Amino acid sequence: MNAQVQSKRAQLKQAKLAATEERLQGLALPEGGVWATEARQAALARLREMGLPGRRDEYWKFTRPDTLVQEEVPVAEVFAHDEAPVFDGIDRLKIVFVDGVFNAAESDPLDLAGVEIERLSDAAKADIHWAREVFGVLEARGQSPVERPLAAFNTGFAEDGVLIRVTGRAEKPVSLIYRHESESSDAILHHVVRLEKGTNLTLLENGPAAARLNKVLEVDIADGASFHHVRAQGRDHQRRAGTHIFARLGAESALKSFTLTVNGKLTRNECVVEFTGDDAMAHVAGACLGDGDFLHDDTVFITHDAVACESRQVFKKVLRNGATGVFQGKILVKPGAQKTDGYQKSQSLLLDEDSQFLAKPELEIYADDVACSHGSTSGAIDEEGLFYLRSRGIEEGPATDLMTLAFLAEAVDEIEDERLAEEITMRLEGWLARRRG
Amino acid sequence: MLEIKGLRVKLEEEDKEILKGVDLTVEPGRVHAIMGPNGSGKSTLSYVLSGREGYEVTDGSATLDGEDLLDLEPEERAALGLFLAFQYPVEIPGVGNMTFLRTAVNAQRKARGKEEMNATDFLKLIRAKAKDLKIDAEMLKRPVNVGFSGGEKKRNEILQMAMLEPKMCILDETDSGLDVDAMKLVADGVNALRDAGRGFLVITHYQRLLDHIKPDVVHIMSDGRIIKSGGPELAIEVEENGYADIKAEVTA
Repeated sequence: MNAQVQSKRAQLKQAKLAATEERLQGLALPEGGVWATEARQAALARLREMGLPGRRDEYWKFTRPDTLVQEEVPVAEVFAHDEAPVFDGIDRLKIVFVDGVFNAAESDPLDLAGVEIERLSDAAKADIHWAREVFGVLEARGQSPVERPLAAFNTGFAEDGVLIRVTGRAEKPVSLIYRHESESSDAILHHVVRLEKGTNLTLLENGPAAARLNKVLEVDIADGASFHHVRAQGRDHQRRAGTHIFARLGAESALKSFTLTVNGKLTRNECVVEFTGDDAMAHVAGACLGDGDFLHDDTVFITHDAVACESRQVFKKVLRNGATGVFQGKILVKPGAQKTDGYQKSQSLLLDEDSQFLAKPELEIYADDVACSHGSTSGAIDEEGLFYLRSRGIEEGPATDLMTLAFLAEAVDEIEDERLAEEITMRLEGWLARRRG
Repeated sequence: MLEIKGLRVKLEEEDKEILKGVDLTVEPGRVHAIMGPNGSGKSTLSYVLSGREGYEVTDGSATLDGEDLLDLEPEERAALGLFLAFQYPVEIPGVGNMTFLRTAVNAQRKARGKEEMNATDFLKLIRAKAKDLKIDAEMLKRPVNVGFSGGEKKRNEILQMAMLEPKMCILDETDSGLDVDAMKLVADGVNALRDAGRGFLVITHYQRLLDHIKPDVVHIMSDGRIIKSGGPELAIEVEENGYADIKAEVTA
């Protein structure tokens, strides 16, 4: 019996590896200098060993990876609207990618005091580069204990992206803008951010990027540095995206990351955080609004391998007309990671009975002096609250919106900068108002 | 102003009649009190008038200035000038008290064809009214009723009433959970709003609130009906002899 089970599993793995080889046929690693080539070859070797994700994989139980993996890119119409893009009113250094390719003409010059910015495709030509300590390195660290083959694929094949080294206090945010122009574009972007000791950077990202996007962001945050990240994934209804954030935190450093997702057929956002120095904090949060053919998956893994670090996950999803939300969140506290403070909250607001929320919260703790908590709920609009608002003269539509915004507020509150929080709130209000017609 | 005729109401979910033919008229400028034992239907009456779900009107009518209330949505009733001060004000995490009040005030102004109040005027007005009710600025910033004490919640209800300036105010057991000082504060707030154009329906279990808010008419409600009406002295009679005596007297 046991032997049968074993062989069944081995067969599945074999089939998966064969499918992976088939998918990789005809794909060549991009050309580059020594450091980049070594990193890409190592990533490809990792990928060949684990195989591309399949629907039988434990971590892809709720979200089918097929369309993110297959060679053919499912068509995604470009969504036309005349609204001002998010973050428009914010003074920032703009770097524009169109269908996953850097566009110099639309971008600002890559000059910002205290920050070095290079295109991956340029930096990859050198034989030696600071990025070799981060590029593919954090991704590789994040492959255990859970495999993330899409990210290894990305490290191997990404040609474009930015490498950002922060050596001082960045005076304004760096803003990555992803435009989508072709309905069958397939974008692979890989960014690396290295914050040196005591430095500080805000990174903004917005836009749908492409019909299909595979994006990796590796962030290495040295002691005492702090990294703020706010992103708004574009509104194109048919786009698909598989994204990863890999962050490594030094002592007394800080990470704050917030993601807004409205629309999109399929979004899988993975966030892998590792504490390696004491007294650091990482807050990752997300708000998503889904209507109809929409699947949004937040998969988060936080590893506490240092003393007295604080991690916080706040994910809120509003779902209607059959939209699906997925949350897989884990806090791993390693032996010796005492005084860990871990918090995890995932909640969905289901606006009708057709929508669903699938959640898998996990805690794994090997230290005895820690405080960890998690909570996952799904529910409808609170009828009592709704009646209370209506009894004061607020119509049902706006009252429902007010309750919905209130539900999302805890996630949006994780954005530290008030102007950025306001930009995000305006998007939420706009989406809700449009749904009311 | 408020006219209720032969109102019969049952629970939507089960076959249980709660109001069994209520007749009541509140004239402008007058304060009517409804007293009665638990389960007599007092709170149901306030909910049915304000449009809460879960009740089915099987007979009778309720109008405000001639407009049929029972067919309207809760927000339309509010726009007509009906206000219910809740017995248990609802906590709404995430919605700031100030945002809530401003949205409500402007929604009602819009419904009545008036221009929205700008932020500065609104702030001035609410600060003045809040001060009268000893509501501090901090309480205005917090989410609606979240973390408020019982007294703070009731004062917040009266603040909403003062801001919305309704024609017809229903107070559902506003005295419950209040100590004497808090009750006095709430009563002062209510009394400040009394004027010739405004009607009040004060629902209470005890007579003590009526020491502070002097009613013109007192009704006794029992088993879904108003069984006796009279002047303020009726409240004192209840306090001294209890409801049982009145019930016995009526049935006799």
